[in-house]
Amino acid sequence: MKTNSVPERLINGLFKENPTFVLMLGMCPTLAVTTSAINGLGMGLTTMAVLAMSNLFISLLRNIIPDKVRIPAFIVVIASFVTIVELLLKAYIPLLYDALGLYIPLIVVNCIILGRAESYASKNGPILSLFDGIGMGLGFSFALTIIGAVRELLGAGECFGLRIMPKSYIPCSIFILAPGAFFVLSCLTAIQNKIKIAGEKKGKDMSKIQSGCGNDCLNCNVKGCSDRVAMPDVSFVETDTAEDHVPDTPVEDIEVLELNDMVSDTVKITSDDIAAINEAVKEDGQNA
Amino acid sequence: MNNDLMNVSSNPHVRSKTGTQSIMLLVVIALLPAFGFGVYNFGIKALILVAVTVCSSVLTEFIYEVLMKKKVTVSDLSAVVTGLLLGLNLPPNAPWWIGLIGGVFAILVVKMLFGGLGQNFMNPALGARCFLVISYTSIMTNFDCDAYSGPTPLAALKAGESVDIMNMITGHIGGTIGETSMIAIVLGACLLLLTGVIDLRIPGTYIVSFAIFVMIFGGHGFDPAYLSAHLAGGGLMLGAFFMATDYVTRPVTKKGQYIYGLFLGIMTGIFRLFGPSAEGVSYAIILGNLLVPLIEKFTYPKAFGMGGEHI
Repeated sequence: MKTNSVPERLINGLFKENPTFVLMLGMCPTLAVTTSAINGLGMGLTTMAVLAMSNLFISLLRNIIPDKVRIPAFIVVIASFVTIVELLLKAYIPLLYDALGLYIPLIVVNCIILGRAESYASKNGPILSLFDGIGMGLGFSFALTIIGAVRELLGAGECFGLRIMPKSYIPCSIFILAPGAFFVLSCLTAIQNKIKIAGEKKGKDMSKIQSGCGNDCLNCNVKGCSDRVAMPDVSFVETDTAEDHVPDTPVEDIEVLELNDMVSDTVKITSDDIAAINEAVKEDGQNA
Repeated sequence: MNNDLMNVSSNPHVRSKTGTQSIMLLVVIALLPAFGFGVYNFGIKALILVAVTVCSSVLTEFIYEVLMKKKVTVSDLSAVVTGLLLGLNLPPNAPWWIGLIGGVFAILVVKMLFGGLGQNFMNPALGARCFLVISYTSIMTNFDCDAYSGPTPLAALKAGESVDIMNMITGHIGGTIGETSMIAIVLGACLLLLTGVIDLRIPGTYIVSFAIFVMIFGGHGFDPAYLSAHLAGGGLMLGAFFMATDYVTRPVTKKGQYIYGLFLGIMTGIFRLFGPSAEGVSYAIILGNLLVPLIEKFTYPKAFGMGGEHI
């Protein structure tokens, strides 16, 4: 699939960079409102609406917003859409409005929205940004619905309000309380990582389903990771040419240049260091 | 002067025979009086429930270690102690699957997922108990059984009713399986104290600070009847001697152990006197467990030659 295209953005948000299971962003609503599947879905869709619209408008305004005040400008755009969504929910879906409560205005400070504005919408065109927002929102809704469904099933024996478990099942009510959210989220993330690692062991390209690696490439031992970045490792520079990383847009071009600078810098320092060490060793030998 | 002590030799040195297994065995023996009295008091149901928690704890540890291809450490008996403590902390009338869920949760989630014995940040038995209390509140707070019905002495105390102190000390009251008899618990605790497995630092500070807290804020002043009812009731004795002293989850430093005991006493007092439920020992101890790294950080002893005024 072509990188940075509309379908790629949707898949990216749903799986590769799923905001909940991979990026671990927006944990506050994830843990707080997923007491049932329908609440999770409602929260996800509400966030998706805000995310798509704010991405679109921030992308349209990206050349007008001065770099120094971009964060306040993003917040103003996001807050406007949150207010619109809040009023719409209050008018047309009051049940969902009551269930989500305080967490609707808190969408303003949701890391996913600001994160996508900062890392994607402010650097890419409006159509792509719109679909990036929709993809991320779908991924968020997907994750929240699953977490909500599992919690509702274990904590109330129901799913979307329908009784699933047999009557003799006594609900384990910790799962619809706050601690249950942590249990379910961590188990689902662990399962997701397990699938990914098992797939890699069989030699499949699992880059579509990334683990929550935190991009800590320096301390990572996974061989052949296609997203490996900026390693002060000479063999990496030789085998993995910069061409692989050059995307269509000029902005990321600059990033790649910066990365190359970093790499060469590190190598330079290393050679200097080796010379210094050699000298020190020589002196030591003379002293002895 | 003992010359053996002054003589520095190269290793291997003399080894102590004390190990995890022998200490855990002593703890199990020390818990037997309380367990035995629980079975005598509540009947065969209590025996079955404790058997279920012990078996599920040990089996969970065994299965986890076999599946994860780790060294099987079941023989160090720590899982038995966890299962036994958890069983003694359950109401006698709880269904058997409560014990099963509790044992699996204690070992799998609280202990093994954090790295096994020595790595768990929270007492596994108490972690599981709190999990069960939150999950199945109605079952876990229902102490009615064949022998006793009505509120536990602590609940009666909280409601302002009078209680029979003698029965509370001997243990002829309702409550969890192992907490009722103060005499049986103190008997076991004496064994641990005499063999040096535990010392009085944590239990002593815990009980004394709790007693002082109750005297100040209990509204009864120095009333021996009220005070001894609070000391003998609920899980205070079991918690102070057997769970707050857990090697893994208590502070290592001596000063830290005093702070830890003081914190537990105050928190238990707050939970009992001002909280919505009558009992608060288990919450106080797991809260204290979470603070242990912090306490150790601030009571870290200075190495010889460090600190002080430099000229």
